Amino acid sequence: MAHRTGIEVSLAIAEAARQAEVEVISAYPITPQTHIVERLAKMVADGDLEADFITVESEHTAMSAAVGASLAGARAFTATSSQGLALMDEIVYLASSLRTPVVMALANRSLSGPISIWNDHSDIMNVRDAGWISIFANNGQEAYDLTLMAYKIAEDHRVLLPVMISFDGFILTHMIEPVCVFDDEEIKGYLPPFNPPYKADPEHPVTFGPVGVPDIYTEAKKQQDFAIRSSISVIKEVFADFEKEFGRKYKPVESYMAEDADVILLSQGSVYETTEIAVDRLRKEGKKVGSAEVRLWRPFPFEDLRKAVANAKVVVVLDRAISFGGQPGPLLGEIRSALYPLEKKPGVIGVTAGLGGRDIMIQDYEKMFEYGYNYLKTGKEPEAVTIVGLRE
Amino acid sequence: MIEIRFHGRGGQGAVTSAEILAQAAIEEGEYATAFPSFGSERRGAPVLAFTRIDKEQIKLRTGIYQPDIVVVLDPTLIESHNVAEGLKKNGLVVINTKKPPEFWKEEIGVNRVCTVKATVIAMQELGVPITNIIMLGALLKAEPLVRPEMIEKRIRERFPHIAEKEVRAFDRAINESRVIQ
Amino acid sequence: MKLSEKPKWQELPLAASIVEPATSLEYKTGDWKTLKPVVDTTKCIRCATCYIFCPEAAYEENEEGYFLPNYDYCKGCGICAVECPAMCIQMVEEEAE
Repeated sequence: MAHRTGIEVSLAIAEAARQAEVEVISAYPITPQTHIVERLAKMVADGDLEADFITVESEHTAMSAAVGASLAGARAFTATSSQGLALMDEIVYLASSLRTPVVMALANRSLSGPISIWNDHSDIMNVRDAGWISIFANNGQEAYDLTLMAYKIAEDHRVLLPVMISFDGFILTHMIEPVCVFDDEEIKGYLPPFNPPYKADPEHPVTFGPVGVPDIYTEAKKQQDFAIRSSISVIKEVFADFEKEFGRKYKPVESYMAEDADVILLSQGSVYETTEIAVDRLRKEGKKVGSAEVRLWRPFPFEDLRKAVANAKVVVVLDRAISFGGQPGPLLGEIRSALYPLEKKPGVIGVTAGLGGRDIMIQDYEKMFEYGYNYLKTGKEPEAVTIVGLRE
Repeated sequence: MIEIRFHGRGGQGAVTSAEILAQAAIEEGEYATAFPSFGSERRGAPVLAFTRIDKEQIKLRTGIYQPDIVVVLDPTLIESHNVAEGLKKNGLVVINTKKPPEFWKEEIGVNRVCTVKATVIAMQELGVPITNIIMLGALLKAEPLVRPEMIEKRIRERFPHIAEKEVRAFDRAINESRVIQ
Repeated sequence: MKLSEKPKWQELPLAASIVEPATSLEYKTGDWKTLKPVVDTTKCIRCATCYIFCPEAAYEENEEGYFLPNYDYCKGCGICAVECPAMCIQMVEEEAE
């Protein structure tokens, strides 16, 4: 039986990777790294995990080695964060276009400068369009569960795409909290062996990553986009099976008290859970508010989002990153464009908060709802960029 | 929900105190979270660590600004920091000090104080000035958040090589700390 | 599926990989050349220098141990003629008189 234990979330993720029986781990061990790969290195050294741990000279190579291992037919894992992900960027695109089902644990942290190692979502927004399936975990349990599910999704022959599981740096990575960890026996067999349709095998040579001449590149990109768009049905299937087998429910778009809410606060990551506290408080005052989360970031769950916020009068989108000179929040832009085609649609306004490790207090969430009510009353949008919790 | 803030210096084990307390509470079936103030992992630098304990899932993940309890691992911190900042009314302060609780009650201006000569006990029992487990003993004497056996169990799991010494130091802290409330 | 057949996106192999080995054999580059190497086997010492230096791996060994270019793949670069220690390779015009 699974046992409930107080464990650092990073170590719970390492445990999930071990139970997924990963065969190759490649990672670069410097700030910003987490305890995930440190623990995996120890497991390999102690003989608790039969895997190759490749220590590399940069994050760029960490992803290159993971992609190479995956092409050779091995279940590959890596973990990174902020600047590390930025340095990896070139190969992040290759992992998806080569259709390698690598799983990456991504501790969301800010990008420099000024130099910051603290939590926000600027790192993941940088790879938003890189073609990876991208899922947010909001607490330790979810990070653990989703790491296991990630391989189930990634290695499905209908998918064959890399998956990144995102969770807030420090706020989750360094948090001790209760997590139900499966006993090895219980989870054994959950993942079938990784059996890619093609692999780098000298007996059956295959050319991976050939030149995509203008006659080929367009078709290759369409094929890649089709794969990630259609993966949503597999993702839902894996979520449903997991719920049936283990009882914990995951949805592409999560929501809390949203059905009859006039104002919905929409966010991503661990703050989504915290918004529920503000919702409870405001509900006690008689305000019809709710909250929602785009858990599945890519492929973007258009239909699920439209259903979740259909009845609201206004959606306040909380961004944890800035699209400089643009939308101004990457999440805001996505939500607006997803709701635009609807005939009857809620108003959508955006706020930004929690940059570079700044705490978002309960009063801050209440303020965000206030912006929503203000918009309802006056039709006036907060100006770009409105940052809640800013000194001004 | 009970919120506890630990004040220490890098290397004294404030983060470990927070973690062990949370893990003991989780093992007792409660919900608990523990985390450090991020980014100050340097020996000697002032460090904060936090523990929350509740009957329900803890969804609040900010730092602790209005603690119920403050634990001070190093008395020199009181000179440079307002360790009681934001302390709730009737909050408890637990201090590693040679001075009596009455002194600190006056000095800090709080009602509930628990003192323990943690560095003295640490040097005698462990031979190093690491006071984290000892401070948990004092904390539990003033506020029985978890059963001491649960802490002892965690000590044995986490520090198997020095478990007997740590447990003895922990027990001494429970016996020797002084509380006024 | 040969990429030269311009497949639709649904027909393209996964990730545009080339899933059959040795497809380069089908791609005959021999018509790129303007000069072709001709080996004078009466001077040839069968040292295999041409075979080693040929960037297209176009030289093949015959039954008597001589190395001769396969004109289906030779691009006429002339490296063999420069490197030959016996100076037995002549670059001659492709087009017959």
